[in-house]
Amino acid sequence: MAHNENSTQGAARTVVVDLAVALLVFALGALVAFDSYRVGASWASDGPQAGYFPFYIGFLICVCSGVVAVQALLRMRTDKAVYVTVGQLKQVMVILLPSFAYVLGVQLIGIYVSSAVFIFLFMNIAGRYSLLRSVAVAAIVSLGAFAMFEIWFKIPLPKGPVENLLGY
Amino acid sequence: MEELNSLLHGFSVALTPYNVTMMFIGVTLGVIIGVLPGLGGANGVAILLPLTFSMSPTSAIIMLSCIYWGALFGGAITSILFNIPGEPWSVATTFDGYPMAQQGRAGEALTGAFTSSFVGALVAVLMFTFLAPLIAGFALQFGPPEFFSVYLLTFCSFVGTGKGNPFKIVAAMMLGFAMAAVGIDIVTGQLRLTFGFTELLSGFHFLVAVIGLFGIGEILLSMEEGLSFSGHTAKINPKIVLETWKKLPRYWATSIRSCIIGCWMGIIPGGATPASFMSYGVARKVSKDGAKFGSGQLEGVVAPETAAHAAGTSALLPMITLGIPGSPTAAVLLGGLMIWGLQPGPLLFVEQKDFVWGLIASMYISNIAGLIVVLTMVPLFAAILRVPFPIIAPVIVVICAIGAFTVKNNMLDVWMMVVFGVVGYVFRKLDYPLAPMVLALVLGDAAESSFRQSMLMSQGDLTIFFSNWLVGSLTGLAMVALFWPVISRGIGRLRSAAPASPSG
Repeated sequence: MAHNENSTQGAARTVVVDLAVALLVFALGALVAFDSYRVGASWASDGPQAGYFPFYIGFLICVCSGVVAVQALLRMRTDKAVYVTVGQLKQVMVILLPSFAYVLGVQLIGIYVSSAVFIFLFMNIAGRYSLLRSVAVAAIVSLGAFAMFEIWFKIPLPKGPVENLLGY
Repeated sequence: MEELNSLLHGFSVALTPYNVTMMFIGVTLGVIIGVLPGLGGANGVAILLPLTFSMSPTSAIIMLSCIYWGALFGGAITSILFNIPGEPWSVATTFDGYPMAQQGRAGEALTGAFTSSFVGALVAVLMFTFLAPLIAGFALQFGPPEFFSVYLLTFCSFVGTGKGNPFKIVAAMMLGFAMAAVGIDIVTGQLRLTFGFTELLSGFHFLVAVIGLFGIGEILLSMEEGLSFSGHTAKINPKIVLETWKKLPRYWATSIRSCIIGCWMGIIPGGATPASFMSYGVARKVSKDGAKFGSGQLEGVVAPETAAHAAGTSALLPMITLGIPGSPTAAVLLGGLMIWGLQPGPLLFVEQKDFVWGLIASMYISNIAGLIVVLTMVPLFAAILRVPFPIIAPVIVVICAIGAFTVKNNMLDVWMMVVFGVVGYVFRKLDYPLAPMVLALVLGDAAESSFRQSMLMSQGDLTIFFSNWLVGSLTGLAMVALFWPVISRGIGRLRSAAPASPSG
């Protein structure tokens, strides 16, 4: 856990994030409106075209995010609230980055092995648990999930070489 | 009384040993979900949805709704013992519940919370029993314009009752609608917003969004606080329960008020969270001991819990009768119904009598089951809560991943879930509300097709939404709801402008 001097320093101000998100949402809205216009947002001989409804959705997204962006710009000088501190951001990354790695693992080697490795590493490194405890929890969760989904409910989950070796 | 006969029939459907077992399992799972961070009612039900596919629809929905009741009960445990609201609607419970636990009165607070939850739910179910058939019968006359105006009312009241920036509420809602539009257009068969990615053909599934936004997003938010939390221990024994029950009748007025607030806020899609805050605020203003609120008053626990549970229960009323869910969890239940081929809406009362009345009867029984489970098993749930976060966090990520995958057996959904998690984290911290986004994603297709059918009927003339008294008053109500903040401010100004003449 980060307890150095930087940890309470702001990593980003709320207004800046607010503005950035509003602009991103605006871009999404424009994309929606543009693509709806492409497929046809007007009236055909048989009624409204496919883009008729989404076009206005995209338009409304642009209007609302535009207002939010302007509101953020107006507060830019005065509002010094911190969105996330460096310490908090580090903490969030401690779980977020391994989660991305975990999903990649699920895709490559199946869900059971990845889950066990993910829980073990997180407990052992981030949580500083003993080797034995981490292995135990990881094994129990992974085997429990296997029993529940593959055997009991017969719902297939992504599997990899290890499960293949065991005949699943 | 036709309703009573139907209800008795419903009890015969719900009271099989199998269904009652499912109720107890469901409530227990629900409480566990409610006390764990990152697994709320909505995504808890979403994750457990695939497990019920092998059951009959009635048993499945009974179990799922029991998970929902359990989650409603469970939120109170974390609020009182740990000052961490497990669910947004139990934030108001922390105000007086946690001080009570600090004074060593945790048992009293928990008993009060559970009992008032039970009372709130019971009143809401009673209302449900008699109001639901009426609304469903009424809604049988609805055509596309009427349905669209009900959708409009649903979404407008989010804007009107929401506390945050209305532009953010609308933006979040419209993002939900945009996501719902992705994929094949149901009317023309054209591809929309797929940009050449075949994976996007079937669009975004709202269950994946729910699991990511609420589950992963919650874990990320909890991580900010660090890896440790500590709480108070709770002992509940029959003596404490009985003593608290003796005290509770004193707060009958608060209970009735909170029930009314809860039922009302649940039917209009304000949801349980604002209902609990509103009820707490009203109780503080009206109560003789109002000044002592916040220092550990039992009444301050009774008020928000009654309202939250009443709202949570009545949120199912528009879901069953109109097919319009009042909360994200109700939306997930609606999704479940559709997976079993049951189309929620007025016809359900005509075509699936067994199912509807079985569900309503199960609400009575399962709330009693819930009360028994929570009162007897509090020490166990408190022990689950003390499992350290470094263990809970990765396990919940794993559970969410399994849940997201099983929705469509699609790996892309698991990636999507993590991305939705980041979106949920960023949006929550910026006060973009997630509930309207999820509801828009669920109702998007239905809202769009009713809008397009209305436009076809009128040849593109928007005045069809004012064409008769029914649709006109619904649309009018929607407009009032949309501009409610402006209107109420206007009324406030008018009142303060003329304070000179003392009246009454």
